[in-house]
Amino acid sequence: MELLVVLVVVALVVLVVSAPLRSGSAFVEAQESAERADLEAARDAKYREIRELELDFRTGKLSEEDFRAQDRALRADAVELLRRLDALGESEGKPSNRR
Amino acid sequence: MLIAGRACLILALVIALYGIGASLYGASSGRREWVASGRRAVYALAGVLVLAFAILEAAFLRSDFSFTLVAGHSSTTTPTFYRATAVLSSQEGSLLLWVVLLGLWSSLLLFLTRRRAREVAPYATAVLMGFAAFFCSLLVFLESPFVLSSPAPAEGVGLNPLLRHPSMMIHPPMLYSGYTLFAVPFAFAIGALITRRLDASWIRVTRPFTLAAWGFLGIGVILGARWSYTELGWGGYWAWDPVENASLMPWLTGTAFLHSMMIQEKRGMLKTWNVSLILATGVLAILGTFLVRSGILQSIHAFGASTLGIPFLVLIVVMIAGSVGLVVSRASELRSEHRLDSLLSREAMFLLNNLVLVGMCFVIFWGTFFPLISEAITGTKASVGPPWFNRVIVPLALALVLLSGIGPAIAWRRATVANLRRNLLKPALVAVAVAAALGAFAGAAESPAALAMFALSAFVLAVVTQELWRGVRVRRTMSGEAVPRALVSLVRRNRRRYGGYLVHVGVAVLFAGVAASSAFQTARDVELQVGQSTRVGGYDVKYARATGELQPAPNGRLEKIDFGAELQISRDGSPQGTLVTKRSFFPTSDPNLGPVSRFFEGEATSEVGLQAGLRRDMWSAVSPSVADLRPQIAEGDRVFTDAAGALSPEQRDGALAQALDGLTRSYAGDPPPATFRLIASPLVSWIWVGAIVVFLGGLVAIWPAPRTAPRPAAAAYAARVARELGRA
Repeated sequence: MELLVVLVVVALVVLVVSAPLRSGSAFVEAQESAERADLEAARDAKYREIRELELDFRTGKLSEEDFRAQDRALRADAVELLRRLDALGESEGKPSNRR
Repeated sequence: MLIAGRACLILALVIALYGIGASLYGASSGRREWVASGRRAVYALAGVLVLAFAILEAAFLRSDFSFTLVAGHSSTTTPTFYRATAVLSSQEGSLLLWVVLLGLWSSLLLFLTRRRAREVAPYATAVLMGFAAFFCSLLVFLESPFVLSSPAPAEGVGLNPLLRHPSMMIHPPMLYSGYTLFAVPFAFAIGALITRRLDASWIRVTRPFTLAAWGFLGIGVILGARWSYTELGWGGYWAWDPVENASLMPWLTGTAFLHSMMIQEKRGMLKTWNVSLILATGVLAILGTFLVRSGILQSIHAFGASTLGIPFLVLIVVMIAGSVGLVVSRASELRSEHRLDSLLSREAMFLLNNLVLVGMCFVIFWGTFFPLISEAITGTKASVGPPWFNRVIVPLALALVLLSGIGPAIAWRRATVANLRRNLLKPALVAVAVAAALGAFAGAAESPAALAMFALSAFVLAVVTQELWRGVRVRRTMSGEAVPRALVSLVRRNRRRYGGYLVHVGVAVLFAGVAASSAFQTARDVELQVGQSTRVGGYDVKYARATGELQPAPNGRLEKIDFGAELQISRDGSPQGTLVTKRSFFPTSDPNLGPVSRFFEGEATSEVGLQAGLRRDMWSAVSPSVADLRPQIAEGDRVFTDAAGALSPEQRDGALAQALDGLTRSYAGDPPPATFRLIASPLVSWIWVGAIVVFLGGLVAIWPAPRTAPRPAAAAYAARVARELGRA
């Protein structure tokens, strides 16, 4: 009985682990989707920064001059990220900014 | 099921080795199917290890003493809950739990991030599987939990009575979850170094896991402190014991990393520092396991005799050498993208906070290892005690609380003096007012360090309250929401920020509790007879009644004998409640002792009598004297020895129960004087409340942002960005 359990477990492990090798290239996700996920995470982080900066300014932690300068720089970074997402969207043949 | 359990461990080792090979081959050759196979190996590893753990757990639950481990750490008289968790009290069970949790957390991480950090992830997978292979090797070759006990004994040794405490049973999974989760950012940092992808993406991918590691480890540390306070019978919650220190060190560096990684995310700075910090945290997490499991804490000689000491030492050396080598070889890629704009900035405060936290860690490291170093050099074990730790740690703790107040009030990059005045003046005035009031009316000036801590804690609370109020005001201006709704919206939209602030509030409350209970505690060790009273911390404590009880196990056999006391508390003649404390005596299985004396020569634990309140705790522990019962115990042993052949096992158990019942009645009816440790300690509850607030804050910070929340902002920003794109 114990031996049977062990054999079943070994068979399951082999099935699970070897699935990508048996499926070959059909199993592999597109490289672009990974790059998209990374860019979207970076974009979300940038948006969070812009929101936080605005909150800092409105709660009196920043002078208006510093706020304008930093806000401009962050938005430029966001533009760049969106541009890269757009470019990726075009190469994948779908819209980049799904939000 | 011994064979199946052992086979699972061997299979797990094979899977881990395959996972390393497949991931590295896939990464170096660019063949993603091998990377995917390596990732699936982690899932398979987790499944196989969970099965092995389930087999062991089932053996404990059904008291299968053919497992040597079960016979050595459980018994039929062990209550079911503790039987289920007794596996964690053993070396082998702990190692198995470690690698099970590593498998589960690694699987979760790799599943959730399977489409992210594609270059780094295969190397991180290989590192995580490397840890798994190490622990599986220990379990297969050195410390197998699946060893046959032949012939199986009729009864097991039982769980160490000191570990029969609910928090002690949750404590190991929490600690090990913390340790194994810290392996995740460690592995990704190694992957980022190898692939030279040293931007903030590896930090973003692992951030929730780093935060979870910090939370779990913190809960483990606090549960350990709570266990010490309520179970160990000495009245304290922290003794600077090496085992406690081992868990605190990675928590401190992990806390530092959680702050400094924000600087890398926002500014691209401190890359070398961040990667070093998380690598050090990973090493300290393994060091914590090493300290507890290698026997090195007992002495250098015990370490030499331990089977685990050398393998762990080799692993730690490999981790340190590999980490240092990678960081040095990637020095040019780790250069900061920006420089610190101003010393009046949140970055600067975070840097100071990092220095304080790492300083604390270094002090604790030195204090923990000093006895071992002195033993290695001089042959004599000289240790530094709690006074040394307190002397060095208290100023650092004061600085930490001060910084945790300044941090939320100061902006990134650059703040002006006018900004600082606007944000810090009122909280500073609150701090001064609190210090003055406590110094003048509560006698807190007797301890300047404690008074400073109260003032700084008030400062933190005032800063966070002010921050919340201003945030709510901004929110109301923008949306016209009512105050409660604006507060909820504000926190929901800025979880990381306000979760972090909540953590700071919890830390301030916790440190205020530590300061008060350390500086203003009153303790007395006193011998009392029934009816006698004593005074502690302004309270009268009367020994009202002695108690004696036999405690049967669920299977009807005797589990332990309790001798206790009922104490009545009053203040200025007004009753304040009753404390019930007892000492539990667990039988030893030593065959050289008589059946009655076996109950008094085994392990004994204290059940603390505790009246906890927000203002003060009344704590008591009794040490009953059993010396007067010795003649009766000896007589009982003699009677049972003489009648050994004449009684069946059932008759013998029945007669033994009667004899022990007579002893307990005799103690309760005519008790000898008992020794008590009595403590009146202010604000101890603040420590536990503060810890809960800290972890609630962590929960708020880690909770994923609602999908709908960013949309309006995202849409607005997208529109703005689109306009600027049009102009460009």
